[in-house]
Amino acid sequence: MNADRNGSPFVEVRQVSKWFGDLQVLNQIDLEVGEHQVVCLIGASGSGKSTLLRCLNLLEHVQEGEIVVDGQPLTNGKVDVNALRRKIGIVFQAYNLFPHMTVLQNVTLAPRKARNVPRDEAEWAARALLTRIGLEAKADEYPDRLSGGQQQRVAIVRALAMDPKLMLLDEITSALDPQLVADVLSLVRELAESGMTMILATHEMGFAREVADKVCFLDGGTIREEGPPDQIFTQPQEPRTREFLARVLEAEKLA
Amino acid sequence: MHALQQVLHAFFNPHSLTLAMPDVWAGFQINLKMMVIAESLVLVLALGLALVRGLPGPGAKPLRILAIAYTDFFRGTPIIIVAFFVGFGIPGLEIGYISQLSFVTYGVITLTLVYTAYVTEVYRAGIESVHPSQRAAARSLGLSYGQAMRYVVVPQAVRRVIPPLLNDFIGLQKDTAIVSVIGVAEAASLSQQFSTQNGDFASFIIAAMFFILITIPLARFTDHLVAERERRERAAAF
Repeated sequence: MNADRNGSPFVEVRQVSKWFGDLQVLNQIDLEVGEHQVVCLIGASGSGKSTLLRCLNLLEHVQEGEIVVDGQPLTNGKVDVNALRRKIGIVFQAYNLFPHMTVLQNVTLAPRKARNVPRDEAEWAARALLTRIGLEAKADEYPDRLSGGQQQRVAIVRALAMDPKLMLLDEITSALDPQLVADVLSLVRELAESGMTMILATHEMGFAREVADKVCFLDGGTIREEGPPDQIFTQPQEPRTREFLARVLEAEKLA
Repeated sequence: MHALQQVLHAFFNPHSLTLAMPDVWAGFQINLKMMVIAESLVLVLALGLALVRGLPGPGAKPLRILAIAYTDFFRGTPIIIVAFFVGFGIPGLEIGYISQLSFVTYGVITLTLVYTAYVTEVYRAGIESVHPSQRAAARSLGLSYGQAMRYVVVPQAVRRVIPPLLNDFIGLQKDTAIVSVIGVAEAASLSQQFSTQNGDFASFIIAAMFFILITIPLARFTDHLVAERERRERAAAF
């Protein structure tokens, strides 16, 4: 859907390479993501999807190449890391909610402390977000009282509370029981429809095909193939892409 | 049997026990005072030192090395030697005000110096036990390093280290007796005096009783916290 969403590039990744010690995890990656675009990164575990996402909000540093987000180069060492991260939300596979804080405190911490939003205002906004995902009744619970799917939706809302211009979703359904995946995906779908710029690393091929404007297949730290979802999923050009998709389909049949 | 009776009499003569009580109690109040002040100082200073030791980046390396040197030194030195250094060394230096403090104050300084080193390690273990993903989550929300530590890492770390921390405090409470060597008139030294004058050891029994009485509640409280945490973690596993 939404090929017409493509605007000016909001994220530009140029010739980015990264090593962990001797191991090269990203190899000359080029990627452009327009405003309001949804890009899905697919590929086997260890192909570099998560690392690429973590480089985009400077949780990891790249050794070569250039990354520009919202017109701001991240790779020249002058960037205000905290300011940058305030406009990029990231959601992790393992939710990473703060276990010692209630749901409401989880959601309001960053707005209150990093953006100095007054407490009342932050809580009001947080409750509105929680209502949107049907979890307003859980506002005063601790995360360990919530199901995995509920925790992950709270994690998404926690990121949204900072009003990000870009959301990075790192295999956010991989740790969930299958029956809990749907609720999380429908929230992501809603975000996509509202025009949020998003980059997702995902194993949910059906979902990627449905929400993505562009799909990138990563393999051994490079983007082996990219294109509109219909093309990638029905007429992949590269043998490696075909192999990967065949294996995924096989696995889904078995599951 | 005669020998046993003599020993029992030397330690548990009811008359001597009663007689020793007021003196030892007067001394024990000094112990209590030193405990409370030293423990409060240790709680704060050790957390600071643990945070310094965990500072990231090459710029903080000198600070980290200083923090490590501090803990190595004061954990490795017997507290009685630290007490001599502080109690006799500082007054001997004749550097104005800090050379003219009371023995009790030098006692508190000794206990604080030594136990800050122990408790720093306890805090550090707690901070390191918080999974790095918690820090990553906090930082990626735009919180600064300091904010991530203050609101996310340290609160979780402190909760986890309360039992070992209280354990160190039990040690500190008993070590208030050691600083008697620099002339603090606390329970152990007053017991010693009383014992010399009275010709038996009943005063030591009284002193021991006071120390045990103050330690038991803390030990039970520690047990309670450990049990509480286990219960909660088991509940969370389901």
